[in-house]
Amino acid sequence: MSQIKQQDKWLNRNRIEYLIQGLFFLLSLVSITIVALVFMFLFKEGVPIFRIVSVREFLFGKLWYPTYTPADYGIWPMIAGSVVVTAMASLMAVPIGLLSAIYVSEIAAHRIKEFIKPVIELLASIPSVVMGFFGMVVVAPFLQNTFNIPTGLNVFNASLMLAFMAIPTISSISEDALAAVPRSLREASYALGANRWETISRVVVPAGLSGISTAIILGMSRAIGETMVVLMVAGGAAAVPESIFDSARPLPASIAAEMAEAPYQSNHYHALFATGIVLLIITFGFNLLADYLSNKYKMTEN
Amino acid sequence: MSTQKDIKISVKNLDFFYGKDQALFNISIDFVANNVTALIGPSGCGKSTLLRTLNRMNDIIPGTRVKGDVIFDNENIYGPKIDVVKLRRRIGMVFQRPNPFPKTIFNDVAYGLKINGMKNRTEIRDRVEHSLKSAAVWDEVQTRLNQSALGLSGGQQQRVCIARALAIEPEIILMDEPASALDPIATQKIEELIVELKQKYTIIIVTHNMQQAARVSDTTAFFYIGKLIETGQTDIMFTRPKLKQTEDYITGRFG
Repeated sequence: MSQIKQQDKWLNRNRIEYLIQGLFFLLSLVSITIVALVFMFLFKEGVPIFRIVSVREFLFGKLWYPTYTPADYGIWPMIAGSVVVTAMASLMAVPIGLLSAIYVSEIAAHRIKEFIKPVIELLASIPSVVMGFFGMVVVAPFLQNTFNIPTGLNVFNASLMLAFMAIPTISSISEDALAAVPRSLREASYALGANRWETISRVVVPAGLSGISTAIILGMSRAIGETMVVLMVAGGAAAVPESIFDSARPLPASIAAEMAEAPYQSNHYHALFATGIVLLIITFGFNLLADYLSNKYKMTEN
Repeated sequence: MSTQKDIKISVKNLDFFYGKDQALFNISIDFVANNVTALIGPSGCGKSTLLRTLNRMNDIIPGTRVKGDVIFDNENIYGPKIDVVKLRRRIGMVFQRPNPFPKTIFNDVAYGLKINGMKNRTEIRDRVEHSLKSAAVWDEVQTRLNQSALGLSGGQQQRVCIARALAIEPEIILMDEPASALDPIATQKIEELIVELKQKYTIIIVTHNMQQAARVSDTTAFFYIGKLIETGQTDIMFTRPKLKQTEDYITGRFG
């Protein structure tokens, strides 16, 4: 009798197990569904523009006059703006982010580390609109006066603000990667008579390379997808920038600035969605690359 | 001891602290040149800690403190004039688990040479080959020197790590349970290697394995909760130890 009871109990527990498993499976489906829906929606609303222009004209056309007749739908200036702004931001953020990660992880004394680490992470918590404000009100006038240029809202300003936003990403992910390098590797290096610099540059950083490259790529994808800052401080000119003090209109800024005034289901509307597709493909590519790099150099546990 | 033997490195009245916890109590022990000395004792008895005081490896752990002397080449290695980097070049170390660098096998072994300023490529190549041969792993890796050591078996990895330690031609090699992560066959190879290496090097090995200590060492030192209990010639220690405590541990009655 009691044996049967026990068996019942066991069956019951098993059922609950299944139930919980199913619940978690459903929850994980939610995010997959959302991603799929966004993709579908984006493509449904964006693809119709290609009945008017070819993919080539759209991507490489240098003229963007969506409200003129006849209209031009070339987003090359925006792609160029995004690329230039992201590249320059990376040029500033990668060395700073990486070096600060090395400092925090390998060099700083415990107490200094406990102070610096949260401060760097605090930088990540500054809302992008506040960053944009800072760029507009502080950096722009400064640039304008110092370099005697017509506007301080330009590529340089946007790159600088994006760099500030990418630094915490690069720094904290790199720092995690360095901290994950087994102590045994550091010890092996010291035991061979290496000093701290040799150990950091020749053992620890190469061992953390996969995480560091992931950090850099994620920092860059943060910069390329960032909207508010570039909308506020890049200047907004839909032309290929020729100098770092020219205005530019990166892809996200273009979408954000025009979406409100594009009539529903108009060609302009479709063109902006197609811009969104391009942006999505770029950031998606960055994420795939980050994923690939983090697997490529993955070390076996020591 | 009555026999006249060269003392390679000598520990005198050594106390060691991790923060406030004392891990070693007044240790004094001499290590004879071209001998294998085994440090044995139950976990936490301080044998690894002692080993790591000999090349000042504990320096990199924050909050550690040493009192007493370790005399190497007539100098206290904890003295103010000692260059730790130079010291570690003369006292090599092999760790418990194989820890190859994320580099090719060749660059792994060449690392110590390069950071010590060796630039001549042929010289580096010769030394890498020689070290891998001395570590009895050359035959297995000679065709894959440009691949990562992580693709090797644990035993091969450990011998590459030994080759890496040999490459900079140290005088003493410290081994911290070098075979504890390996299977019996790989262990046997490491043990044979240890016996061979003592022709040229002074070896100090920490081991949990009593048979291993008996097989490879000339001298055995038994530790228990931070104290050196007994030390002596290995065959005597294993057959007629002076103290009951040593006998109990060696015969497996505790520990």
